[in-house]
Amino acid sequence: MLVALTGVEKTYASADGPQRVLQGVDLTLDAGRSLALTGESGSGKSTLLHLVGGLDVPDAGRVMVGGQDLSRLDDAGRARHRREGVGIVFQQFNLIPSLDVAANLSFQARLAGRHDPAWSARLLDRLGLTGLAGRYPEQLSGGQQQRVAIGRALAARPPLILADEPTGNLDEATGDAVLDLLLDLVRDTGTALLMVTHSTRLAARLDARAHLSRGRLA
Amino acid sequence: MTGAALSALWGHWRRHPGQSLTLVLGLALATALWSGVQAINAEARASYDRAAAALGQNDLDTLGASDGRLFDQSAYVDLRRAGWLVSPALEGRLRVGERSVTLRGLDPLTAPLAANPVDLSDPGDLAPFLRGEVGYLHPETLATLDPTLLPLRVAPALRLPLGVLIVDIGAAQRLLDQPGRVSHLLVWPNQPRGLPALDAVAPDLVRRAPQARADVASLTDSFHLNLTAFGFLAFAVGLFIVHSAIGLAFEQRRTTFRTLRALGLPAGRLVGLLAAEVTLLALLAGGIGLGLGALVAALLLPDVAATLRGLYGAEVTGALTLRPAWALAGLGLALAGAFAAAAQGLWRVLRLPVLAPAQPRAWLRASDRGLVVQAAMAALLLILAGIIALTATGLIAAFVLLACLLLGAALALPPLLSGLLALAARRTRSVLGQWVLADTRQQVPGLGLALMALMLALAANIGVGTMVSSFRMTFTGWLDQRLASEFYVTGRTQDEADAIRALLAPQALAVLPIWRAAQPLAGAPGEVYAVADHPTYRDNWPLLRAGPQVWDRVADGTGLLINEQLWRRSGLQLGDRLDLPGWSAPVVGVYSDYGNPKGQVMLSPDRFTALYPDAPRLGMAVRIAPEAIPALRAAISDRFGLPDALMIDQAAVKRFSLGVFERTFAVSGALNVLTLGVAGFALLTSFLTLAAMRLPQLAPIWALGLTRARLARIELARAAILAALTALYALPVGLAMAWTLLAVVNVEAFGWRLPMFLFPGQWAVLGALALGAALLAAVWPVRRLARTPPADLLKVFAHDR
Repeated sequence: MLVALTGVEKTYASADGPQRVLQGVDLTLDAGRSLALTGESGSGKSTLLHLVGGLDVPDAGRVMVGGQDLSRLDDAGRARHRREGVGIVFQQFNLIPSLDVAANLSFQARLAGRHDPAWSARLLDRLGLTGLAGRYPEQLSGGQQQRVAIGRALAARPPLILADEPTGNLDEATGDAVLDLLLDLVRDTGTALLMVTHSTRLAARLDARAHLSRGRLA
Repeated sequence: MTGAALSALWGHWRRHPGQSLTLVLGLALATALWSGVQAINAEARASYDRAAAALGQNDLDTLGASDGRLFDQSAYVDLRRAGWLVSPALEGRLRVGERSVTLRGLDPLTAPLAANPVDLSDPGDLAPFLRGEVGYLHPETLATLDPTLLPLRVAPALRLPLGVLIVDIGAAQRLLDQPGRVSHLLVWPNQPRGLPALDAVAPDLVRRAPQARADVASLTDSFHLNLTAFGFLAFAVGLFIVHSAIGLAFEQRRTTFRTLRALGLPAGRLVGLLAAEVTLLALLAGGIGLGLGALVAALLLPDVAATLRGLYGAEVTGALTLRPAWALAGLGLALAGAFAAAAQGLWRVLRLPVLAPAQPRAWLRASDRGLVVQAAMAALLLILAGIIALTATGLIAAFVLLACLLLGAALALPPLLSGLLALAARRTRSVLGQWVLADTRQQVPGLGLALMALMLALAANIGVGTMVSSFRMTFTGWLDQRLASEFYVTGRTQDEADAIRALLAPQALAVLPIWRAAQPLAGAPGEVYAVADHPTYRDNWPLLRAGPQVWDRVADGTGLLINEQLWRRSGLQLGDRLDLPGWSAPVVGVYSDYGNPKGQVMLSPDRFTALYPDAPRLGMAVRIAPEAIPALRAAISDRFGLPDALMIDQAAVKRFSLGVFERTFAVSGALNVLTLGVAGFALLTSFLTLAAMRLPQLAPIWALGLTRARLARIELARAAILAALTALYALPVGLAMAWTLLAVVNVEAFGWRLPMFLFPGQWAVLGALALGAALLAAVWPVRRLARTPPADLLKVFAHDR
């Protein structure tokens, strides 16, 4: 079991008072498998993804990733988990504007001390970015930027990829092409994938699906 | 439509009160320093005008001896008999205890109205005045004097200039020991027709128009120009803050601009509304700036007044009077500054197509392109500075040179930093190093203005610090040379001085004369001194240029010495002849004479006595063992009742001179510190505003596995790198400024050139200060970043949708 969530709860303060975003969620994901997380806006999908990614900590319950209880880690431990344990793909790409494509792609791998130039070159090739390696993010289209973000997430060969609406900012054709690439690469590398999406069509392409509603798994 | 648009635009300031405060405070600080300096200048000029107007110097012709000496009042009687409407006047210095005042003797019955500053229309006032029983002084001067030491009853008169005692001419002749002598005659503006020519009645007198006489205002012009230049520098530094704040406000309202334009607001109307907004903010900030400026002026004015008294003998009131013209000028400057700072932003809003403002980082990209233009402008200005340094002369040219140098160097900073960081990023192997350097480079356009402000403040500190320290070092050594004698005594009258000399002669190693006469030199006020032939001068006098047997030639009356000021002003070279009334001799040497604005000549005592028989010969320098001074002082005091103020030992003179020196540069020091403070504030506001914009840039790095604490440390290191590079760059700029001040401005303004010394210790302190300021400015936003809850960082990703 790569990911195991047990009784996870999370509450955020808001202008209307405390908001219980996750209410006792249990979830598992095996290594090399892919799971789509669906649900309406505000159902807690992204929060759950953030907890698995070590970006936030639960108020209650346990978040185990690779046999490690993330809620017991300190700030530095969670940072190491983000560096080495997961690759994250955001909806808005979040590339580093001051670095070119090649540097962006290898950035996390180098931070994790796992930079493999040959693997990075293969990723560039697989993602169709070889000719764009020297360009900067603002010189790329949305689809191209998201391909760089996928490459960045995979470059460190993490056991788990977290993707938060990775095609939400792209048109349907481009989004499909990008998802094809992501799924191919995940499959080829044996990496697990936890993807948040609104789209049932896209969710259907993954191994499994979990639906969140008002902070609970439906 | 306009109302709706206005409320949308103003909403920004309501939601960002910190930014509003930055903008208003930045402009207020800039206006404060400038208007503070202007208030000081205005106060000083008003004092000069009052001094000049008091004796009708502004609009009355005078008659005087061609050599500037006193003359017999019989010339006055002759002229009156010939029908000339003239009035006699006698002017001289009168010592009152430790201070001295200008004594002006007038004849109230014949003086033109414009020349009579005291109302004597009441017979009860006139009679005692004519009898020489009463004199008049400005109350502020009166308060500084010991009334028991005044030789007559003194009444206060507000219209009088500071430091001037007005008495009847008879009383003046008595007090100055000049019976029957006058210094000049005041000429009534309307003279009867058919008057005999002046040559026919008084051939020894010449008529001088008011503008022909150099007055204190022209002497102090250079000092005020220096202050103005400082004020302007501070204003320019303040404008960087304003430009930065306005630029940020425009950047953050990109979406609002786009929406307003998309909803149908014409570009012209949008720019008009933004211009109205800038006007309102500028008026508000200008008002606050004027208040702060008055405070700055009130704090600095006593030091300025002391400086002007010490350097030029100019009396300036220590109390500040604020004038409406000053307030209007301050508000006008605030407006002009705000529009200069906003011009670029307004132009961009006017020119950019409807959707362009919404493009991410449009402002930064535009600034990137701007770096190239900036580098070209910098090169142009620096070349211009080089050309001016090589070819132009005059004080204005010197300040234009300084302006070109500083502005060119400031403009060159961001392109240089950008290039340097790019180079370093290419050579760095560490992934974080690469990111930090590349990211810092991307921040250069945003931080550029604050860094330019810091660089200017540091360069000004290095430049002025080097000048003052070089001056202090030279001045201290020079004082040791000039003040070789151990004891200085001044008699109150000629008889007393002669008696003191006779008393001292057997006890002292030598009693050397300090005799002086006023003498116009090279068309400006000057003075002639007697110098004895003695090893005191031969061994110590600070000669800059000397011909063969210089002291022998001065002693035998075949040569004279001139000071550096006169040498530079007149263009005389060694061997050239200098004409004095009734005598001419070649210049055989030039000596340094720091702190004196006037030209000066030194010649032998015999020649001096022959040329200026009327000049008082009251002062003497005594060579004596220092341990014998107290006994000698007591002896003089017992026998003559001479006050301590007229018996000064070497240490006291040095202490006094250094005191004048330190106060002279106290104002420069204060303005320096204030400018550095403004630059520090600019840096703080830039870091704060950038910190808010940086969250979206830092959040992904955090998400990729860096802790907030590490990110904060990197941010701190980034600030330190930028400050260190800026400080390093400010060093050559500051030294170039110091050279310009020492070798160009000083020569033009004061007439002397100083050697330049280097003070690495000061640079280290300033470098540490710059680092400290940058770290201090960065610490707050960095602390905020380190404590940002993950939930806030996650909002960056949540805002994706």
